Amino acid sequence: MGLTTYVVRRLLLLIPTMIGVTLLIFALVQFFSPIERASLYIRDPRQARSLESIIEKYHLNDPPHIQYFYWLNEVLHGNLGWSKSVNMPVVQAIFEFLPATLELTIYAIPIILVVGVWLGKMAAVHKDTAVDHIIRAFAIIGWSLPTFWSAIILLAVFYGHLKLFPPERLSTEASLFVNSPNFIRYTRINTIDALLNGQPWIFFDALRHLVLPVLNLTIVIVAILMRVVRSSMLEALGKTYVLAARAKGLPEKEVINKHAMRNAMIPAVTLAGALVAGMLTGLVITETVFNIPGIGRWAVNAAIQLDIPAVLGFALFASLVYVITNLIVDILYAYIDPRIRLG
Amino acid sequence: MVLRVRFESFKKEAGPTIRELKFIVKRIRKSPLSIVGIIIILTFVAIAILAPILAPPPEGWYDPYMIPRDGFSVTPRPPSPEHLFGTAEGQYDIYYGCIWGTRTAFRVGLIVVGCTVLMGIAIGSISGYYGGKIDEIFMRLTDVIYAFPGIVLVMVLVVILGPSLESVMMAIILVGWPTYARLVRGEVLRIKQEDFVEAAKAMGCSDFRVIVRHVLPNAIFPLLAVATLDMGSIVLTVAAFSFLGLGAPIGYADWGQMIALSRNWIIGTPANPYEYWYTFIIPGIFIFTFVLGWGLLGDAFRDILDPMLRRR
Repeated sequence: MGLTTYVVRRLLLLIPTMIGVTLLIFALVQFFSPIERASLYIRDPRQARSLESIIEKYHLNDPPHIQYFYWLNEVLHGNLGWSKSVNMPVVQAIFEFLPATLELTIYAIPIILVVGVWLGKMAAVHKDTAVDHIIRAFAIIGWSLPTFWSAIILLAVFYGHLKLFPPERLSTEASLFVNSPNFIRYTRINTIDALLNGQPWIFFDALRHLVLPVLNLTIVIVAILMRVVRSSMLEALGKTYVLAARAKGLPEKEVINKHAMRNAMIPAVTLAGALVAGMLTGLVITETVFNIPGIGRWAVNAAIQLDIPAVLGFALFASLVYVITNLIVDILYAYIDPRIRLG
Repeated sequence: MVLRVRFESFKKEAGPTIRELKFIVKRIRKSPLSIVGIIIILTFVAIAILAPILAPPPEGWYDPYMIPRDGFSVTPRPPSPEHLFGTAEGQYDIYYGCIWGTRTAFRVGLIVVGCTVLMGIAIGSISGYYGGKIDEIFMRLTDVIYAFPGIVLVMVLVVILGPSLESVMMAIILVGWPTYARLVRGEVLRIKQEDFVEAAKAMGCSDFRVIVRHVLPNAIFPLLAVATLDMGSIVLTVAAFSFLGLGAPIGYADWGQMIALSRNWIIGTPANPYEYWYTFIIPGIFIFTFVLGWGLLGDAFRDILDPMLRRR
């Protein structure tokens, strides 16, 4: 099977998965009565009088299997209901809060990958030495650390005491400038917009606000990643091709980086799904503690206020992102390791 | 005599299981980190059992899991002989909450892990043993559950069930069983090919007996490591939900909820930036060590049970 066939087949598999996802979400919504479900579309309390017409419009009294298709049709047309906690349609809210989350992730992911892989490699190469013990201790501590607790401690030390890195996204004056007409918000990702507008001080201001949340996201996920890299690296180092490379007289650096590392990365790639899931958990908590108006904080506030359409919309969106990440990972995986697509 | 014969036959039948257990115990005794883990867990067990003595609830108190209050002032008070760990916002006694919170943590961990493991074993073994349509249905369901990042589905379920500690636990069980089901299914698929299963079937054992007596005892060891690690990580997840305000109610003896009470007191006064440290550091240490204990033990189990690493 060629790579193209594999990609096409994998893309087609996306359809049943997403149908399953929507079916599950839809099934969960069925716990509510038609009147409660009609209220999910209400924007204004005055509309409560016309509940009957909403039930009619969205076919909420039809048998479930017919209703599903009407509901799916709405979803596919981007109508996920009204998020009462922020007073806007759910889809608009997702676009509104996504940039802050994206900004966190575009800084966190490269750091996580570089640090996690490097630590895992170092621990494996120096197995059973002090380096290994320290790195492994860090891994188990990172794994046991409650994200919300580490966030609070970081805030207490670096903001409360040292006044170095404040919470939220921007300082007051930067925020005023960003929202003024002189500043064009191309992407709504502050650091990128600042560079596009030629405002380095905004860039550094935004960066300062990113340090703690990114650090907090990194600690826990690096701990997970490095453990996997360590064990797969150990396995690779024990293989005969590594022995052969050493016997050939290759420098140790080359043996480790070219021969062992490449093969060790293959199992590590499969972890990407778990990393994305961990990332989402981390984002929800980090955004809440650092008061960053991202998609995670929106979802938590929606959940607390029982803003059901927002929570469901968030779930659909998150699973879409998750499924697509896994798809990309699978394709990358097949690209790196021909055995997968041939098998 | 009869007893002796029974014991002999039991020994023969359970031989591999006992040998496996002995092997695990031997390896654990050799690993200092897992001993630390066991000591931590036993300490928490002692705290949980002795809770009524360590932190007796006030006379006639309506629910020992609700932290007693000493007044209604907002500002936390530092540790004193009267309140060993100080009081949180709303004058909830932190010492009392930490001690009884240990019971909450064990209750949450044991119930959730117990239920997910049982569901996983039941569904996994039925799926793996019978195969066919049942297997197909269960496995597609696990696929769909796996298509969500776990925490998101838990959040949806919590909102639908109505935020409470019980809802969070229920939601984690409903989202958590596929991991165990897949593990058990894989093991069952492997074991049902073995000769002794064939032999048991030939002797006329019922399916139930074959699964419970012959297949499962050989299939459950891989669960041990995952379940031990989960005891910690589930308590962590539940604490996070309580922290976010979706789990235990305010004033409940739950570590996550207690840290939520400290959210307005992270930053101290200009004179002393760590003035209210006790409101979040102390409950945090309880969560952290609890999870660490299970993590150390689970890690040891994983190293012992991993066929790639064992017996080296």
